[in-house]
Amino acid sequence: MEKTPHPDIPEIWRWLSEVPDPEIPVISLTDLGIIREVAWREDTLVVTVTPTYSGCPATTIINLDIEKALRDRGIEKLRLERRLSPPWTTDWLTEEGREKLRAYGIAPPIDGTNADGRLAGRVSRLMNGSNLTIACPRCGSAATEKISQFGSTPCKASYRCTDCLEPFDYFKCI
Amino acid sequence: MADAAPAVDQAAFSEWLQRMGDNCLILGHRVSEWCGHSPALEEDIALANQALDLIGQCQFWLGLAAEVEGKGRTADQLAYLRDAGAFRNVLLVERPNGDFGQTLMRQFLFDAFHHELLRALKSSSDPRVAEIAAKAEKEVAYHLERSADLVIRLGDGSEESRDRMEKALKALFPYSGELFTDDAVDQAMAAAGVAPLPSSLKPAWDRTVSEILAEATLAHPGEVYQHKGGKRGVHSEYLGYILAEMQFLQRAYPGATW
Repeated sequence: MEKTPHPDIPEIWRWLSEVPDPEIPVISLTDLGIIREVAWREDTLVVTVTPTYSGCPATTIINLDIEKALRDRGIEKLRLERRLSPPWTTDWLTEEGREKLRAYGIAPPIDGTNADGRLAGRVSRLMNGSNLTIACPRCGSAATEKISQFGSTPCKASYRCTDCLEPFDYFKCI
Repeated sequence: MADAAPAVDQAAFSEWLQRMGDNCLILGHRVSEWCGHSPALEEDIALANQALDLIGQCQFWLGLAAEVEGKGRTADQLAYLRDAGAFRNVLLVERPNGDFGQTLMRQFLFDAFHHELLRALKSSSDPRVAEIAAKAEKEVAYHLERSADLVIRLGDGSEESRDRMEKALKALFPYSGELFTDDAVDQAMAAAGVAPLPSSLKPAWDRTVSEILAEATLAHPGEVYQHKGGKRGVHSEYLGYILAEMQFLQRAYPGATW
């Protein structure tokens, strides 16, 4: 009996790049950078996923979506593994993903602006609103202000544009 | 930390992990009580997101606690089926929410400790501890930034907000000392290079707290009597009420899932 060959790994990455993030469906799981590894171990496909935030409620849905997408393509033996280290960072968002976010109305993260616990300098700078210029994803104006560091999902902050007056989400750096 | 660390006593290790998990769980639950009740929509969302981070971190810590314990229990079973005397959180995190200022002051006193602890745990001799800490530390840096920012704004705010923050500080500061007490479990973890001694985190915490209180124009309470007990399972009456609400479903409908 002839053995059916496994779908090759780049093909599987392509399939995964079509699975949307359940909270921000404009970007895919691969844009988000949370798929860390795809490998065949004997005849089982092992997909290694890292969570964005520890308590992100989308994590369970993401796993179900991965499983469904791969089963629909005929993968029968499948195992999802969680990997915590190295911890997910917004640095892993692809360039394409960042542009998709902006077009969707979410300002992409500005790398290197993570909270770092160095309070004195940061808090006073953030209160003056001068250390981060987040351009409005709608009109491009740099005249924006932070409403809250915690937005509609764990990964976002709330901002407002003082030119076009629209509120918007900023995908915060972590 | 030390390469030639002695073997870790597994019972003490699990006990220590439960302290980590229970602090996150009980504070996460307390903060989630604000959901739908905050003074402003943005604050409601921020608090709910922090509660989520803490509950997520709790799942990692209690998951590892259950694994190390080796009795076949799960993180969910530890959270939902232990009684008050088996919880190992510090008294600070079970203090009632009070007003918004009290909630924020409690959060700030805890965040300043939590962030320092997680930073140290990133070099734990146990890689499982180090990787949870590395993940959580990034989230907690945002918690600390937010709570410090709001303590400053409200302390150095209106007459009323300042008055409330002063009262909150006076009420909660006597519960901060327990964060830095060392006992036999802590000594065992420190000897094995798993975790720093809590007392070793105190100078950095003192610096952060003094700096933020000064910016908030709030007087530092100084040396005051400190309540303790939670770490060894001796809790205030508040914990029972928290558990009654949190555990109701699993107690009434054992094994329920959705």
